[in-house]
Amino acid sequence: MTQSLSHLKESASQTAGPYVHIGLTPNFADIKGVYPADLGTAMVDEKTKGERITVTGRIFDGSGTPIRDALVEIWQADAAGLYNSPSETRGSADLHFTGWGRAPTDMETGYYRFETIKPGRVPFRDGRLMAPHVTFWIAARGINLALSTRMYFGDEEKANAEDPVLARIEHRNRVPSLIATREGSTFTFDIYLQGDKETVFFDI
Amino acid sequence: MTDRRPNRAPETGSFFQRDPLWHPPAFAPGYKSTVLRSPRKAPISLDNTISEITGPVFGHSMLGDLDDDMIHNFAKPGESAIGPRIIVYGRVLDERGKGVAGALVEVWQANAGGRYRHKRDGYLAALDPNFGGCGRTITDEDGNYAFRTIQPGAYPWPNGPNEWRPQHIHFSIFGHGFAQRLITQMYFEGDPLIWKCPIVRTIPDKAAIDGLIALLDMNATIPMDARAYKFDIVLRGRRSTMFENRLEGN
Ligand SMILES: [Fe+3]
Repeated sequence: MTQSLSHLKESASQTAGPYVHIGLTPNFADIKGVYPADLGTAMVDEKTKGERITVTGRIFDGSGTPIRDALVEIWQADAAGLYNSPSETRGSADLHFTGWGRAPTDMETGYYRFETIKPGRVPFRDGRLMAPHVTFWIAARGINLALSTRMYFGDEEKANAEDPVLARIEHRNRVPSLIATREGSTFTFDIYLQGDKETVFFDI
Repeated sequence: MTDRRPNRAPETGSFFQRDPLWHPPAFAPGYKSTVLRSPRKAPISLDNTISEITGPVFGHSMLGDLDDDMIHNFAKPGESAIGPRIIVYGRVLDERGKGVAGALVEVWQANAGGRYRHKRDGYLAALDPNFGGCGRTITDEDGNYAFRTIQPGAYPWPNGPNEWRPQHIHFSIFGHGFAQRLITQMYFEGDPLIWKCPIVRTIPDKAAIDGLIALLDMNATIPMDARAYKFDIVLRGRRSTMFENRLEGN
């Protein structure tokens, strides 16, 4: 007999199911009066530093139909490139910016929507700067382990070109799946679960 | 969200790699909804950067008095939800066996008859006017959590002509880093539907399924009030430093 590493195993993931909004955005699901507001709806206040933007889009299944029962969470740095997290050791993030958002996809149209700010750049593991990006986490019925991806900004061509994570994607024709298109102050980031346009997902 | 976990230095290590043979695969056709919702291309491996090892903090101050009491948090004053009264308690740990302090635990479930309070749930079982179906709590310094609810009923679902979900409570857990984010389900010891369920059976490893089955704990029961089920949740562990080439701090 050898010794044991005695690590525990992570609890196995299970789908969020079709009623994820009861638990995570109950006011959106018409369960009123339990929580004053759904968590993650307000990322900014009137004092938040940075350029105000809207991030929106849809999530398409393999038939091209927008998913209307998903839950999306995002996590991003503030305008100076600092995360509002205890594990952020480089400095103190903007206290008027949570960095974290949670939104359902609309039950009719399938659009999710976040009112946020454009993040600053944060370093890769080796110190090189990554391009500004927003981390996405997607849970829904039919998704057994929530999907992780990143949104990059279409108006950051130079930064995107030197981003060490985008550089890692072998099939270069898939890189545009991670880049949101800008129109005014709105960035549209559509996510494709399958097909020719399948979004790059990350095993993080 | 500005509260900080007291008495603990923040950890900055990357998370242990997930075990793909332990979690359910994306494409699991026995659970039909996965067929069109499973990415088919290989995910790109990404060593954790600061974007994955950081995450928001939720302070106890955001919690309302009844957030962890689903028997009462939607009920009219003086009334309570119908069904077997239970306490669900346990610890949120990480793979190193350390308690995860300050973890946000959010739960949702059907009522005692197996019906969700949701406009898309058409099951003919009655709605309970005093049961909403959502609750939340935050773990203490050692990772402990507890909430009070009623035991949910099993319910039919349209995956097959006669498919029933075992009794379950949905769990969403927010640990210390965004890459630790997890959604899972808790099942009840002894429920024969567990082993017939296509969603349970997306999990390839029986030991991983066993890890989602809560045990009746008579020692935690409140006599003449509520039975107790113990359910521990394990999140990804983390390395002691962010970069492998820095070995100090071990
Ligand atoms: Fe369910």
